[in-house]
Amino acid sequence: MHLPNNSPELVCPAGTPAALRTAVDAGADTVYCGFQNATNARNFPGLNFTPEEMEESVDYAHKRGKKVLLALNTFPPAGQTLLWKQAVADGVRLGVDAMIVADIGVAHHIATTYPDQRLHLSVQAGAPSVEAIRYYCEEFGVKRVVLPRILSIPEIKQLKSEIPCEIETFIFGNQGLMAEGRCSLTNFVSGVSTNFDGVCSPPSDVTFYEDKNNMLCSQLGEFTIDCFSCAQGAGYPTICKGKYIAPHRDDPYYAFEEPISLNLFDLLPQMIGAGIEAFKIEGRQRSRAYIRQVVSTWRLAVDSVMQGKTIPKADLVALTEGQKETTGAFRSKKWR
Amino acid sequence: MSTKLTLGPVLFNWKAEYWRDFYFRAADEWDVDTVYVGEVICSKRSPFFEPYYGEVAERLSAAGKKAVFSTLSEIMIPRERKMTKSVCALDDYPVEANDAAALFHLRGKPHYIGQYVNTYNEDTMAHLVKNGAQHFTFPSELYAAALKALVTEAKKLGAGSEIMVFGRAPLALSARCYHARAHNKIKDNCQFVCENDPDGMELRTVDGKAFLTINGVQTMSHSYMNLAQEVPEMMRWGLDYIRLSPHTLDMGTVIEAFQGVVQGRCEPLEAIRKIQEIDASLKFSNGFFYHKPGYLWQYAA
Repeated sequence: MHLPNNSPELVCPAGTPAALRTAVDAGADTVYCGFQNATNARNFPGLNFTPEEMEESVDYAHKRGKKVLLALNTFPPAGQTLLWKQAVADGVRLGVDAMIVADIGVAHHIATTYPDQRLHLSVQAGAPSVEAIRYYCEEFGVKRVVLPRILSIPEIKQLKSEIPCEIETFIFGNQGLMAEGRCSLTNFVSGVSTNFDGVCSPPSDVTFYEDKNNMLCSQLGEFTIDCFSCAQGAGYPTICKGKYIAPHRDDPYYAFEEPISLNLFDLLPQMIGAGIEAFKIEGRQRSRAYIRQVVSTWRLAVDSVMQGKTIPKADLVALTEGQKETTGAFRSKKWR
Repeated sequence: MSTKLTLGPVLFNWKAEYWRDFYFRAADEWDVDTVYVGEVICSKRSPFFEPYYGEVAERLSAAGKKAVFSTLSEIMIPRERKMTKSVCALDDYPVEANDAAALFHLRGKPHYIGQYVNTYNEDTMAHLVKNGAQHFTFPSELYAAALKALVTEAKKLGAGSEIMVFGRAPLALSARCYHARAHNKIKDNCQFVCENDPDGMELRTVDGKAFLTINGVQTMSHSYMNLAQEVPEMMRWGLDYIRLSPHTLDMGTVIEAFQGVVQGRCEPLEAIRKIQEIDASLKFSNGFFYHKPGYLWQYAA
């Protein structure tokens, strides 16, 4: 197999400054994080960074030769753009290595106000085609695109030959089902928007109850998303991983996807061979213990491939959602 | 200029002749200004309708209606890229972009921006106008204050503004076909099972509550968004167009009801009653407008 000259970047999540230090110490090349507000797509209580924490964290990472990416990957609603512009100004001042953007207005603002600032295109921009990616590269000077989890490895390889920027793909963590940046399901149920509030399935709207058949049911807002027997672990109720009833089916079924995580561990050599520049681990809301284990496992895996060695077996399934894993669209188009 | 009515693109997999006849009725019978044509949801369906595009567009134009061609909302594989490129190359009709791939092709040429492009704020709008956009339909999940700011800004930029006011709300898109999945098939071998559900396939919660609607790779609300009560307020902002999204129910009555509201001949509650008379089981929602959960329905104060 042909290997690239440079080792691909391992891009890891950090929901808190402590998680950032953990990720750096465990072998991340790059850490991505966000501020404590709607400017990023993981706007959860107790998560993310104040500008002061961001400053210390950038310093911690830079002293160790690592990079920090600032997620600014939501869409400011009209009348509210100042919050995003403040986040951009803070990010520039604190020296983040790149900003991950989704909104055309935010990208335009950064490209015109801070032309030296490196831009990455977020998966929230939903750009999986040559033309869509070239649009953002040519309009705003985007240097890297984070691809949606909907392409097979041969498709990514082909795409790479036709676009003028680097590619970052997800390798582990939540398997997003709906086209990112274009999903209003949470807003439909809870009144907060994934796109402009940065929230998917807010914990404040999640409840669990026992029904008359002693099944544990999970609810988001007023809607029951799933029911579980005692033998099953109850999943976190996101709408796209819930069970529903369709007219011609006898039983409730996972209409979109079962609770499952993306894990491309076995495909890593092929993905490195395809020339993908950066691999992203998902999970800014995860614990430090999780970050340490996942990041160090993937560090070893990437290094092994680059050194031509066999990848040591790793048990990541215990860290996946519902202890189930999938290679999604990456291995086979049948996923669609 | 007073507010005008538009018919959004047909989002469902209708029988091709039914699809054609729907547009013929729009041309011949219905009091709408602009009619959107073209496959927005699934590229696999497009070959059924393509033979009729020319006829339909000409009939609409001959009837004094503006025909606009809408592009696909999600583009990834070669077939979809090619399809988008050819629609964007149209010279005789304006093109509505529903994805950044279409924006790529349409730069420098006057064009429309559809509701699947995330135009959430003034800066996005200004950038798109710079590249030739002259008309915007805003995302359905936006609330009144943001919509008002966008409509106001569109005026300043000299662009048209449009908001969807009737039909199942588009909520999500995916690379995966959920219609095929419901029938234990995959997208590449779907056998077009979505044609069995001309208004989408209903999904209920496990405790039987009506919730969502599946339309191939698209997820929609089960309830029909109905902003009849809110139209007068949107008109005061200076909104140029209201969009009615096609369904198999009696669209003539829906159009007539909204025309009545726009022209001040009919109170909004009367318009809602007339639409409800088409089918008593229709559920309405307007929560997004009030910055509340989208599925909610409330009578305006």
